Amino acid sequence: MDLAFIWTTFLRLIAALQVTLSVWALSVFFGAFIAAGVTWMRGSGIKPAEWIARAYIFVFRGAPLLVQLFVVYYGLSSFPLVRASVFWPFLRDAFNCATLSCALCTAAYQSEIFRGALAGVPHGQVEAARACGMSGFLLFRRVIFPIALRQALPAYSTEVISMVKATALVSLVTLWDVMSVALKIRNDTLVTYTPLLIAGAIYFVVNYLIARAFIFIEQWLSPHLRARSA
Amino acid sequence: MTALGFGERGWGPALLYGAVMTVLVSIAGLAIGAALGSLVAWAKLSGVRIAAAIGGGYAAIFRGLPELLVVYFVYFGSSATLTGLDHLLGGEGFLGVPGFAAGALAVGVISGSYQAEVFRGAFLAIAKGELEAARAVGMGRWLMFRRIIGPQVLRFALPGLGNLWQVALKDSSLISVTGLAELMRTSQVAAGSTHQPFTFYVAGGALYLAITSISDRVFEFAEARATRGMRREAH
Amino acid sequence: MNRRSLLGAALTCSLLVLAGAASAKDWKTVVIGMEGAYEPYNLTDPSGKIVGFEPDLAMDVCARIKVECKIIAQDWDGMIPGLQAGKFDVIMDGMSITDERKKQIDFSVPYASVPAALATAKSSPLAKLAGAGKLVNFDKDKAVGAAALASLREALKGKTLGVQVSTTHATFAGDHLKDVATIKEYKTTDERDLDLKSGRIDAVLDDETAIASMLGKDDAKDFTEFGPRLTGGDFGVGVGMGIRKSDADLTAKFDKAIKAAFADGSIKKYSLKWFKIDTTP
Repeated sequence: MDLAFIWTTFLRLIAALQVTLSVWALSVFFGAFIAAGVTWMRGSGIKPAEWIARAYIFVFRGAPLLVQLFVVYYGLSSFPLVRASVFWPFLRDAFNCATLSCALCTAAYQSEIFRGALAGVPHGQVEAARACGMSGFLLFRRVIFPIALRQALPAYSTEVISMVKATALVSLVTLWDVMSVALKIRNDTLVTYTPLLIAGAIYFVVNYLIARAFIFIEQWLSPHLRARSA
Repeated sequence: MTALGFGERGWGPALLYGAVMTVLVSIAGLAIGAALGSLVAWAKLSGVRIAAAIGGGYAAIFRGLPELLVVYFVYFGSSATLTGLDHLLGGEGFLGVPGFAAGALAVGVISGSYQAEVFRGAFLAIAKGELEAARAVGMGRWLMFRRIIGPQVLRFALPGLGNLWQVALKDSSLISVTGLAELMRTSQVAAGSTHQPFTFYVAGGALYLAITSISDRVFEFAEARATRGMRREAH
Repeated sequence: MNRRSLLGAALTCSLLVLAGAASAKDWKTVVIGMEGAYEPYNLTDPSGKIVGFEPDLAMDVCARIKVECKIIAQDWDGMIPGLQAGKFDVIMDGMSITDERKKQIDFSVPYASVPAALATAKSSPLAKLAGAGKLVNFDKDKAVGAAALASLREALKGKTLGVQVSTTHATFAGDHLKDVATIKEYKTTDERDLDLKSGRIDAVLDDETAIASMLGKDDAKDFTEFGPRLTGGDFGVGVGMGIRKSDADLTAKFDKAIKAAFADGSIKKYSLKWFKIDTTP
């Protein structure tokens, strides 16, 4: 057991954790807003909006993230029109492209989660609210949103954690996150498992903390649903 | 364009074969995942603390680990076990678990940990009153599961499962270490051999979209049938 | 543990020992792992067959040591675990021999060595760097090497250089150029070349055969090689077969075969066919 190697590997991977977490946090955050917009468009009843939303979800859920990253970073930059445009300073940078691509991808998944959650709101509750005279934004704020939020949480925590692991693909666009650095160390030194085990442990701890946070939120929001059994 | 075609130098057939492999291994993985996921969801909801702890532990481990690592450990771990058994019987050399089996198992083990949450959330969405009424009427546990819990869990879980099918498809693109010639690996091999990364990434992506398009239809149909008679609000 | 299972365990152990001992002595077949996506070292043709410099060389040396060689495809990430687990016995994948790697596995003698070269846009000031095309060997002539490095560092100040990750070029850039230039590491050379063309990076450092192949394409009209060709030092002694440390006898056999293949010009023949230049180290 080469402890010196384990320690240096660990330090290098922790340094790379910053890349992983920043891409993750920014893409989930912005993705949520994009997803809200897409979900609204999907359910709006306005045909063109619905169509655009469905196309968006189709493309960004259907194509592998690797392909999306490739197209956003390499594909867009191959067009002289893009390079001359006002977006180039933004798109030139690998971090921006990676975050943008991940945000677009997670937004598609999050939008589907929102849709499922909204569909799960019991019709009876909405009827009762309407009977009391609630409508429009008040109805959404007091009845639909809180219920949908609680129903979305399990699937949402899944997606958030998935995104942490999805950031492992950004080495395609020259960003070196934890997994990529671990693989790089492995290729340089040919030590097969140690870098991967350390990386795995780091990811596990991060994801465990996120999962626990969500469980805490879930229980805090729904104390009446705890310990239900068949 | 000839590189993509079906001629002698064309990668068309190889890509299509990869697409078929991807679909098959994802279906197998999803099935394994459904079995594991419902077990874990049941364990967590049962109220028996040991079962919930084990189920929770499984879910935590496989949700927390990067998929690539799980694929490695499943593949090399199961191959080492198989080789060990083989040596026990007098063989020598390396006996690998077939790529498809290892890939499906890895995808399934990961998928199961997520499906547990989907099933759990779907179960919690069932109106409490229905369960109380069923018990009041004297329904036994199996009958209650068959008539009330099962169908409703399926209904509520479908959007989530649709998501997880996509995830299984994506996870299947990580099993190239097992040697299975699925779509992502074939695209990358073609890209490296012909120095045309753009062509093959986009072609591979287009095939993934085609698979998604077809499976979207299937899920829509399933959702429509499953939610017959349910009034849905605020969608 | 009752007596039966003790007996079983003893039998198992002896079988394993026999099996282990048997495989060490008697090489009838050798399984070789290649990526099949690393042109021209090895690549896959649409029918799925692996072809290239290394398959040709492998068939040649295996015939010389009278073993049957099977080539299987394996992606790079699974290459080392595969070797350690016994899935294959040899890795041939354009793998550079480095001291770091020698700690884990053994290498055969090098069978190819390609000098490194640089490329940039024709319009870039870098294109005019002195000493174009001259071969600089860091091991053989330290003074010339130091001078070439100094002028390179001066020219690359403030610029961005692209290399492929986990190669000797990346090591060289990291050791000698990191403090003056921004180094961007890419998983594959194709992606790095795309960034050169879109202007994200100013120059690339790679095998001169890869550079030549890139410049030979239509969309590389505006690009050119510049500066000296580099070898020795960080660039190592070349590319070799990776073999488990426990199979020293196999390494010895292949060493003999490779040396014989050099002697009668076979390797030169393969290298001219695939690399278009002589890559004999």
